[in-house]
Amino acid sequence: MIENDGQKNGVTAANSVPPANHTKTVGKLFLLTVFMFGFGFALVPLYEVFCEITGINGRTDDSAAVYESVEVDETRTITVDFITRTSTGMPWEFTVDTKRVEVHPGELSQVNFYVRNPARRDIVAQAIPSVSPGSAALYVNKTECFCFQHQPLESGGETLMPMTFFIDPQLPDNITYFTLQYTLFDITERAGETVDVAMNTTLGD
Amino acid sequence: MSTITDTAGNTNEHDHHDDHHHGAPKGIMRWLLTTNHKDIGTLYLWFAFIMFLVGGAMAMVIRAELFQPGLQIVDPNFFNQMTTVHGLIMVFGAVMPAFTGLANWLVPMMIGAPDMALPRMNNWSFWILPFAFLILLASLFMEGGGPSFGWTFYAPLSTTYSSDSTALFVFSVHIMGISSIMGAINVIVTIINMRAPGMTLMKMPMFVWTWLITAFLLIAVMPVLAAAVTMVLTDKYFGTDFFNAAGGGDPVMFQHIFWFFGHPEVYIMILPAFGIISHIIPTFSRKKLFGYASMVYATASIALLSFVVWAHHMFTTGMPVGAELFFMVATMLISVPTGVKVFNWVATMWQGSMTFEIPMLFAISFIVLFTIGGLSGLMLAITPVDFQYHDTYFVVAHFHYVLVTGAVFSIMAAVYYWLPKWTGKMFDIRLAKWHFWCSLVSVNVLFFPMHFVGLAGMPRRIPDYALQFADFNQWISIGGFAFGLSQLIFLALVIKACRKQGEPVTDQVWDGAEGLEWEIPSPAPYHTFDTPPVVR
Ligand code: HEM
Ligand SMILES: [Cu+2]
Repeated sequence: MIENDGQKNGVTAANSVPPANHTKTVGKLFLLTVFMFGFGFALVPLYEVFCEITGINGRTDDSAAVYESVEVDETRTITVDFITRTSTGMPWEFTVDTKRVEVHPGELSQVNFYVRNPARRDIVAQAIPSVSPGSAALYVNKTECFCFQHQPLESGGETLMPMTFFIDPQLPDNITYFTLQYTLFDITERAGETVDVAMNTTLGD
Repeated sequence: MSTITDTAGNTNEHDHHDDHHHGAPKGIMRWLLTTNHKDIGTLYLWFAFIMFLVGGAMAMVIRAELFQPGLQIVDPNFFNQMTTVHGLIMVFGAVMPAFTGLANWLVPMMIGAPDMALPRMNNWSFWILPFAFLILLASLFMEGGGPSFGWTFYAPLSTTYSSDSTALFVFSVHIMGISSIMGAINVIVTIINMRAPGMTLMKMPMFVWTWLITAFLLIAVMPVLAAAVTMVLTDKYFGTDFFNAAGGGDPVMFQHIFWFFGHPEVYIMILPAFGIISHIIPTFSRKKLFGYASMVYATASIALLSFVVWAHHMFTTGMPVGAELFFMVATMLISVPTGVKVFNWVATMWQGSMTFEIPMLFAISFIVLFTIGGLSGLMLAITPVDFQYHDTYFVVAHFHYVLVTGAVFSIMAAVYYWLPKWTGKMFDIRLAKWHFWCSLVSVNVLFFPMHFVGLAGMPRRIPDYALQFADFNQWISIGGFAFGLSQLIFLALVIKACRKQGEPVTDQVWDGAEGLEWEIPSPAPYHTFDTPPVVR
């Protein structure tokens, strides 16, 4: 099956110079490597766009919606539960005045969240919303939300934070019930210098 | 057949003598500076073996702690470091380098090439590896300890809650990645450009095929791993928010990126094993491999499908139902080409004149035990069922069946199969039998009961457990210690073989063996195929 026939085939000894085509192949593979490294990072924006379109990560829009000529769909009633929690190391008390509301799609309603800072230091918080099931997230429109801004609170301070929302009447029929959860993160350190300014404005009210 | 073999063998040796002739240089510099594919293969294999023993020692610590409920030997933080570093070492330090070592030894010999295409890069890709692992191991001794977030380093465990040594972890993973990518590039260039005249793609031995596909997988996903660790690094030290919800990032995204690498990675660790088994089964059944072409296509389709199943590791992260269904079906689809392979091996053995030499014993246990691991994988792929099994010992049982009795058994089978070709001497068969039977029994005592404690709800990665799991855990630990000790028999055997003790073997070594590597003399000369053979 096998025989030694090297000379005839023009391939010579081991130590001969590697044919130039190695460089070409290596070049292509190297480009592929670099491309895939870039792709690893590109997954971040891709994931964000994908989630924005599908809502699968449960994020709601982080800017205010406008409530204008929205038709109220009286035939349907949607149950919305609210859950509040704080991330590890975040000392605030965080509650909501209504744990559950029943609303028609298109109807504007307001819920108030209460926070108190029992710690000895001033803290800036950021609330992150999460809707479950995630597919409902696309249809939650907020006209006003404390999650749009950093929330500073001096030591011992307390405040009521309103959130006004309506459900897009386009909400698919199979969703009759969803949960909206807010998690408070302590972002004092990363908020940095802006703290003082913000602190004064809140204390002003 | 055999006469031609001899001719080819002799001619080869003969060429050798007329040529510029140098054998292996002597001393430590030989190993530091070598660009010879056989030397580098040997280095990789020894490195992998040492890492296997180091990672194994960590597993012994884990099993000693879990021998009884309660905390007795190590504190939980150290326990977590052990599970983490055990996983990292076994995946990146033992299984992957062992396959790369086999590729170095075998690919050029199987395709009739004189060496790897890029010998100097080959030297580099090996020699950076020991540094990667020194860094990783050294991090265990730092204040606050080494990595303790699991080999999967999920954020925020690896970002917000990790110890100060995380930078070392990131750095060492980068080095491992660079090493594997260089190795993969070398394999691809060698296979594409250096095949002997007449060796068309569809004539390539299965080990070469599976490695070619594995190398492409490596190039496709190791850079993604590099991106993931880089993001962990910047999140932890430079204030970025890729995975931090407070700053607009998303910790679940970490899992998507990681498993986009992670699932193809598990196939990186099994495809070369499929190749090895496809050599050993035909040899000892004295038949041609059944369905060669279907084997090639099955391997390629497994590799392609492996990119669209990653979220089966994330069923419980709250994905929409549509996605859960997609990933469930895609995952189950992978078992079709996998099934084709198992079918082909069994069909190869069917009505063959089978004999049961040591490599064959390992290969047959591979087929049976890997299939058990495949079946538990199929169970895990059922989304609603995974809600119960996820993060329990059932998962641990699954991946140890596919990785230990799968990948590791195939590596041992390969070593037994090709070792006589490398050393020119038959290994100590009595020791090998002890090694095989001790390993086979103990590995099942070790991993089989894990299915039961897993189904009963024992979570993975915990240093303590509920009392009702005590008996089974004792069995598991005993199996673990026995399996660990059995590997010392293997160590003794390999050392003996490297000292060239034993009966000399023929060039063909095993009487059913076919392929270019069996047509050169035993032991394989330092330089082979200086002039390429012609394959018809
Ligand atoms: C029939 C083929 C296979 C199927 C259907 C399958 C399915 C799965 C599923 C669904 C999981 C996730 C379980 C969970 O975390 O809840 C899993 C985990 C895992 N599988 Fe497989 N698998 C297969 C083959 C393999 C192979 C061949 C390997 C490696 C050689 C492998 C290695 C792993 C590993 C390492 C994990 C655990 C990762 C971790 O969380 O640490 N699997 N498998
Ligand atoms: Cu997987």
